[in-house]
Amino acid sequence: MMALAPSRADSEFEHLFEAIYERYHYDFRRYAEASLRRRVAAALVHFGCDTVPHLEQRALSDPQVFTELLRFLTVQVSDLFRDPTYFRALRDEVVPVLRTYPSPKVWVAGCATGEEAYSLAILLAEEGLLERTQIYATDIHPESLRVAQAGVYALDRFARFSENYLQAGGRASLSHYYTAEYSSAVLARSLKKAILFADHSLATDSVFAEMQLVSCRNVLIYFERALQDRALGVISEALCRKGFLGLGLKETLRFSSHASEFREFVPDARIYQRL
Amino acid sequence: MTEPKHPNLAAIVVGGSAGALEALAHIVPALPGTLPVPVAVVLHMLPRRPSGLCAVLGELTPLRVKEAEDKEPLAPGTLYLASPNYHLLVEREHCFSLSMDEPVLFSRPSIDVLFDSAADAYGPTLCGVLLSGANEDGAAGLKHIHDAGGTTVVQAPHSATSRQMPAAALAAFAVDHVTTPDRIGPLLELLAAGGERAEPRAEGARS
Ligand SMILES: C[S@@+](CC[C@H](N)C(=O)[O-])C[C@H]1O[C@@H](n2cnc3c(N)ncnc32)[C@H](O)[C@@H]1O
Repeated sequence: MMALAPSRADSEFEHLFEAIYERYHYDFRRYAEASLRRRVAAALVHFGCDTVPHLEQRALSDPQVFTELLRFLTVQVSDLFRDPTYFRALRDEVVPVLRTYPSPKVWVAGCATGEEAYSLAILLAEEGLLERTQIYATDIHPESLRVAQAGVYALDRFARFSENYLQAGGRASLSHYYTAEYSSAVLARSLKKAILFADHSLATDSVFAEMQLVSCRNVLIYFERALQDRALGVISEALCRKGFLGLGLKETLRFSSHASEFREFVPDARIYQRL
Repeated sequence: MTEPKHPNLAAIVVGGSAGALEALAHIVPALPGTLPVPVAVVLHMLPRRPSGLCAVLGELTPLRVKEAEDKEPLAPGTLYLASPNYHLLVEREHCFSLSMDEPVLFSRPSIDVLFDSAADAYGPTLCGVLLSGANEDGAAGLKHIHDAGGTTVVQAPHSATSRQMPAAALAAFAVDHVTTPDRIGPLLELLAAGGERAEPRAEGARS
């Protein structure tokens, strides 16, 4: 796939995201450009558009095209217990502190199709905390939120998920948490009950509750620095004093203007603590 | 030394797969710690622990060697390695981004993704180096670097464990320099110092 030629495409590209923002209030204007360009190029091919303005015109005139375009503009990959070392560190280092709160609140920001939120729910259930914990899981992608809400995943992914779960320190067997129906796995109702899935954008929305833990993994990499700072500002404000922030394993606060509001808590797992 | 015919080099990007680590082991010892530009490297099939590879390469070169982190600014004298399972891109602000977009030509990290983004970010001040490898990732990206006015270097296929990757680039356009790993290091140092760019472009593709 060719990337878009930089010169003329620049202003067209900006125009596309200004127009989308005006019309639909989705703000992609400060996303990291290099990969966004590739995704727009892929969308051009998918929608059979020769030019960015052509794509813009179609997305603006037909909300359904825009909904479909969202799938190109965002990256939705996720797994249960993705990066087991992260969940292991949460279990060993963060849960003991969460336990000291009467009713902890946890926010999974950028939850995609829900796997991360369900992983946390399973972990908290095994630690005896799920009953008194509220998990919020938010994303901007409506289709993904629907999948998340349903909690139904392809069964053939579960061999890997089980391996992750055990490496993450799982205390039972992952099969305790789902029932297999044909080629699907349906997650337990008790897990779903603990999670509130909702639409929320780190680019445009603000704080909605005080949290003890925010898990925001593999979302910030898609933002340019200014937008990362905006999102981290919201997260920082949402966290209580000594609350925790977990990032993706390749993400860091080092280049952020909010770095000084946190200390490293489990550096290898990219878990930070709000000061 | 003759006047440089082009703006000074601002960055070097390197890609390779099967056999590329051996090539790199010949190239990096020739690069001085004072290299005035950053070097970003995508290798397919990294070992499980890239920190291990950082240590191995670190032993071989006076350059600072590290994994590239998200939004990290590119600094001279530093060799950045792409992390396994993430694409590595260069933004126009000359910092890195990581992404988990779909693999390209079955590869993540993909050489094309690094090369395309770096070509957009650096244009004629970029040098791209394509090494040994057993698929065609990187050829299109290297051509993009060429089309944006950058300098291109390809490992001579006869010196490569796997020739497919260099051969794909040579078939695609007139590469500036085709040479063996022991000569690539000194060539990069010269280019980074503002020295020779290429013989006239038309002469390019030989092996
Ligand atoms: C790669 S997924 C991460 C999934 C999960 N957190 C994980 O690590 O497995 C990135 C998610 O970020 C979401 N996202 C993108 N922009 C966002 C924004 N402005 N606010 C909230 N979520 C956003 C995307 O829709 C996508 O679901």
